[in-house]
Amino acid sequence: MTAAAEGSPTFGTTRARRNALLQSEPVQGFALISPTFLYALVLLVLPILVVVAHSFWTQNYLTIDRTFTLENYRVALTEPIYRDLLWRSLYISLMVSFFTVVLAYPIAYFISFHGGRHKSLWLFLITIPFWTSYLLRVMSWKVILGYNGVLNSGLMGLGVIDEPSTALLYNSSAVIITLTHAWAAFAILPIFVSLEKIDRTLVEAAKDLGDGPIRSFLRVTLPLSTPGIISAALIVMIPTVGDYVTPKLVGGKDGVMIANAIQAQFGKASNWPLGAALSVTTMLIVTLMAGATVLIIRAAQRLAR
Amino acid sequence: MTAMRRFLASGWLSTYAFLYVVFLYLPVIFLPIFSVNSAATPKFPLSGFTLKWYEDLPRTPALLDAAWNSLVVGVSASILSTVLGILAARSITRYRYPGRRAINGLIMAPLVLPEIIVAISMLLVILQLGLSLSLFTIVLGHVLICIPYSMTVLTAGFEGFDRSLEEASADLGESAFGTFRRVTLPMVAPAIISSLLVCFTISLDEFIIAFFLTGTEATLPIYIWGQLRFASKLPGVLALGTLLLAASFLLMTIAEILRRRAARRTQNEGGLHA
Repeated sequence: MTAAAEGSPTFGTTRARRNALLQSEPVQGFALISPTFLYALVLLVLPILVVVAHSFWTQNYLTIDRTFTLENYRVALTEPIYRDLLWRSLYISLMVSFFTVVLAYPIAYFISFHGGRHKSLWLFLITIPFWTSYLLRVMSWKVILGYNGVLNSGLMGLGVIDEPSTALLYNSSAVIITLTHAWAAFAILPIFVSLEKIDRTLVEAAKDLGDGPIRSFLRVTLPLSTPGIISAALIVMIPTVGDYVTPKLVGGKDGVMIANAIQAQFGKASNWPLGAALSVTTMLIVTLMAGATVLIIRAAQRLAR
Repeated sequence: MTAMRRFLASGWLSTYAFLYVVFLYLPVIFLPIFSVNSAATPKFPLSGFTLKWYEDLPRTPALLDAAWNSLVVGVSASILSTVLGILAARSITRYRYPGRRAINGLIMAPLVLPEIIVAISMLLVILQLGLSLSLFTIVLGHVLICIPYSMTVLTAGFEGFDRSLEEASADLGESAFGTFRRVTLPMVAPAIISSLLVCFTISLDEFIIAFFLTGTEATLPIYIWGQLRFASKLPGVLALGTLLLAASFLLMTIAEILRRRAARRTQNEGGLHA
């Protein structure tokens, strides 16, 4: 600014104006965020557009035929194998988000209402396993549920069963258990945040007006924490639908999910357009399911009041 | 004492909390237990204590290569994503402009997208451009998924930061850069180090993106994935896994301590000078 003022007087005003524009809050703020914004545009938005484009193309051996077609979507939606995988993935992610939210809510409530001075310690204690390698956590479930695993050998040692059970590993229940464990901490945080925001005098008012602890919880605390429940459900549902590691390690033949099929199209099967169409379909359907979940939770909240 | 009484008063809820923590930690604890067990299969009863699985680790060249690759990728990804995170977090917390929320949403999006979608879309672009897959492409992917975490840590560190300190510095004649270096940076340094540690840990443990975007070089999770096919290699994998768990645990604990210090520092000193 001072440099501009000392500059040649004829250009002084325009330069000062330009400097004022450059120093204005929106321009500075936007300039500061632009490298990160560009990074996300080039490495996230552009690639996703490329995937969407591929989903309308076809592949002849190694070359991509760029004529528009909906054939990949027809295959993705009608071929029984992909349809089944898609349904199973949606079912598993719905189950996992339901269980994580139901299991996480009491913990979030406990920390928020009874955590006292140790709130952040509790949060730390609960989130730390989440930071350890996802691959290793899934692997440890394989160790637990396996034919010669911890659970089987433990139960046999205790005399509960005579021979190892094969029902524990390699099915969709194993996938649901493992994913529920893996995503547990992620569901706690949004619920905790929404519980923290609740004005405690409202809960006290309900009690003063004669509501018991359960009624005041159902009519005040629970409805007010709905935003947390919704974001917890979504933050678990959307990523788990595309999980690859868990079905591969503990799912076996009956626990295969759509991500395994997508990976196959980009690997062995080498049909990129079909893989792209499967990805886009999965994302669209999980978005619809997420939207429906939000509406259902909101409707339930209205009914509760 | 009140905290203790409240803890006891909450009865079944605290029992549940205890069981929940057990549920969270129990599966993970089996890794270190069986990594020092002399039997080659992880089952009860334990057969005896041994450190031989750990002793074998440094004698495996492929593993040492993978560890080195992980270190290179982790350091590069954490520095890059923290730099990009600092710019974005500073912009979000300091300035108001149209489109701010939308841009923030886009930058945070990788947090809620299935990793496989991020991985295959980057893979398609890289292959289309004719670039070859390497450790560099893994770094590109890791930076993308680390930025949201870096942003979370840094915005918490930058918020509550008293702007009048910066204004005072500018009034006293410091340049914009001088103010940043001598006033802003010391205040937010713990948050920055915390972000570096968090991003390094994420990169160290990340598998899917590395799996899709790697060429011939493996990182530690890819190495582990390859070993899982062989049942006889399991004890070695358990030993390596235990070391990785310990590393993540240690790094995240340091990051948490620094993050809290950062929060205290900006709040206290802001309060003092206000």
